[in-house]
Amino acid sequence: MEQFLQQLTNGLAVGGIYALIALGYTMVYGVLKLINFAHGDLFTYGAYLGLTLLTSLLLQNRLGAVGGVLVLAAMVMGLVGLIGVFLERAAYRPLRTSPRLSAVVSALGASIFLQNALMLIYGARYQVYPENVLPQVAVSVFGLGVPLMRIVVVLVSLLMMAALYLFVQRTKTGTAIRAAAIDQGAARLMGIDVDRVIRLVFLIGPALGGAAGLLVGLYYGQVNFTMGWIYGMKAFTAAILGGIGNIPGAMVGGLLLGVIEALGAAYLSIAWKDAIAFVVLILILIIRPTGLLGERVAEKV
Amino acid sequence: MSNRRLYLSYALAAAVLAASPLVLNAYWVDVLNSVGLYALLALSLNLILGDAGLFNMGHAAFYAVGAYTAAILNTHLGLPILWALPLAGALSALFAGLVARPVIHLRGDYLLIVTVGMGEIVRIALVNDVFGLTGGANGIFGIGRPSLFGLRIRRPEEFFYLIWAFVAVTVLLFHRLEQSRFGRALNYLREDEVAAEGSGINTVRYKLVAFALGAGWAGMAGSLYAAKMTIISPESFSFWESVVLFLIVILGGSGSIPGVIVGAGLVVGLPELFRRFASARMLVFGLMMMIMMIVRPQGLLPLRRPRFREADLESGEAGP
Repeated sequence: MEQFLQQLTNGLAVGGIYALIALGYTMVYGVLKLINFAHGDLFTYGAYLGLTLLTSLLLQNRLGAVGGVLVLAAMVMGLVGLIGVFLERAAYRPLRTSPRLSAVVSALGASIFLQNALMLIYGARYQVYPENVLPQVAVSVFGLGVPLMRIVVVLVSLLMMAALYLFVQRTKTGTAIRAAAIDQGAARLMGIDVDRVIRLVFLIGPALGGAAGLLVGLYYGQVNFTMGWIYGMKAFTAAILGGIGNIPGAMVGGLLLGVIEALGAAYLSIAWKDAIAFVVLILILIIRPTGLLGERVAEKV
Repeated sequence: MSNRRLYLSYALAAAVLAASPLVLNAYWVDVLNSVGLYALLALSLNLILGDAGLFNMGHAAFYAVGAYTAAILNTHLGLPILWALPLAGALSALFAGLVARPVIHLRGDYLLIVTVGMGEIVRIALVNDVFGLTGGANGIFGIGRPSLFGLRIRRPEEFFYLIWAFVAVTVLLFHRLEQSRFGRALNYLREDEVAAEGSGINTVRYKLVAFALGAGWAGMAGSLYAAKMTIISPESFSFWESVVLFLIVILGGSGSIPGVIVGAGLVVGLPELFRRFASARMLVFGLMMMIMMIVRPQGLLPLRRPRFREADLESGEAGP
């Protein structure tokens, strides 16, 4: 039971990170019907920028642990969001009216470019986060010793998801995003600046992905320039699992995938860990072809 | 388009290629061998992605099944590698048919991620030494050299002719296939699935056959790869390989056979040419991909649809 609960909380932490990244995929897909393959690399940029700012500014010494990390997170999210907006302008806007797969290839090119730029700047080796940025203590939750960092990851990701959900559901701008996702042409006729909505989506999605990168850096302590591939792929799987284009779907899909993976690795086989996620995905798509929360799309005739 | 110009450029390209081992050194002949193998694989993917419009980003799985089948038949049973080639193709096709059957109805991007997943599952299965035959992470070594008409194929120039002869046969067959009822049905399916179904095309069957045929061809290319390398391991069939094949098809021109071959030359050849950028070469490569797509979103040599002249229609002639 102890082991099960440990794996469960670990799965929730990893799942929270998947969900944060998946939100970026699903928002971009919702508005543009584009798989932003470079999104995983923006997540890596979050981790690296976090490391650089952490070691160069030493905010945690000036503002205290909590204040320092909060300011750091805000800076990382802002910077990665700006990179996202720039990426959209450079690599995707010129292809908005082109065949869909051309934009996919441009996204793959952007991914290769971003990844190699990072390698040239930082080198190919693993980069290690400084220890004890946040106190490495275990907290007792109902008699179960859980590392504090794990709880922080789960809480932060849940908080960000809730904030995003409220923003998209309750504010006027959020309504514009939803409208543009349903029908861009009609949204434009209603006076919505669709270009602005797309810019905004490319600001929010990468900002959340960057935050996830920072969390991974703080949680695992080391980062690598290629980690965006595998995290991105898992997060995209999570987005599809929940039903792509659907924001609550990405959250459910991410958390579910994290938990299934952690439990599968613990009880089935660690060697097959990376395959478990895909087996679950295929099984669910066979039963529900548009994901768990995805809506059935009527075929246009 | 004028077919004569197409055939002329094919003949010219074939002549230049056939003469190239005489002037190039072994290194560049080997690069051309890689281009040929990737051209074969990309042509097989083009059948699925370009002609039928099924987003398959896990093609390396079928390539792997073919390569491993040939390697296992060769090393365990001593079957000559060229004899194993059709068996490898058949097994790949069968495998593709079986795994694609439950997911073939998925829409575009859902199918894409499922094929990515299949590619990963196959790779992880190979690493974990499934059935105790695949040799785990080390793979299989000591695969025999092919021999043709008593001639043992060993040097890069000899492989060059074997591989490119296979490419030539493939181009010929796939051209015929494109113009057949089957090829036209696939194009119809890609453009408008509902309308195709409405016109009596059995969409599931056609999609499955396209999948199996493309996978079978990739399996045969896989056995050529095994014969050339004499050693295969799971890392040769990673997700990256599937991505590269996907890139070749879209960059070259989805659905266009000459485009796909040019795309293979570009995607395999460019990183070689960029060697002088040293460690920045993949950075330049990624940048080139973005620029090429922005400049030519349809691909380098896009598919040109046959045009019907009014005169043909009036005289009752139905096209080329």
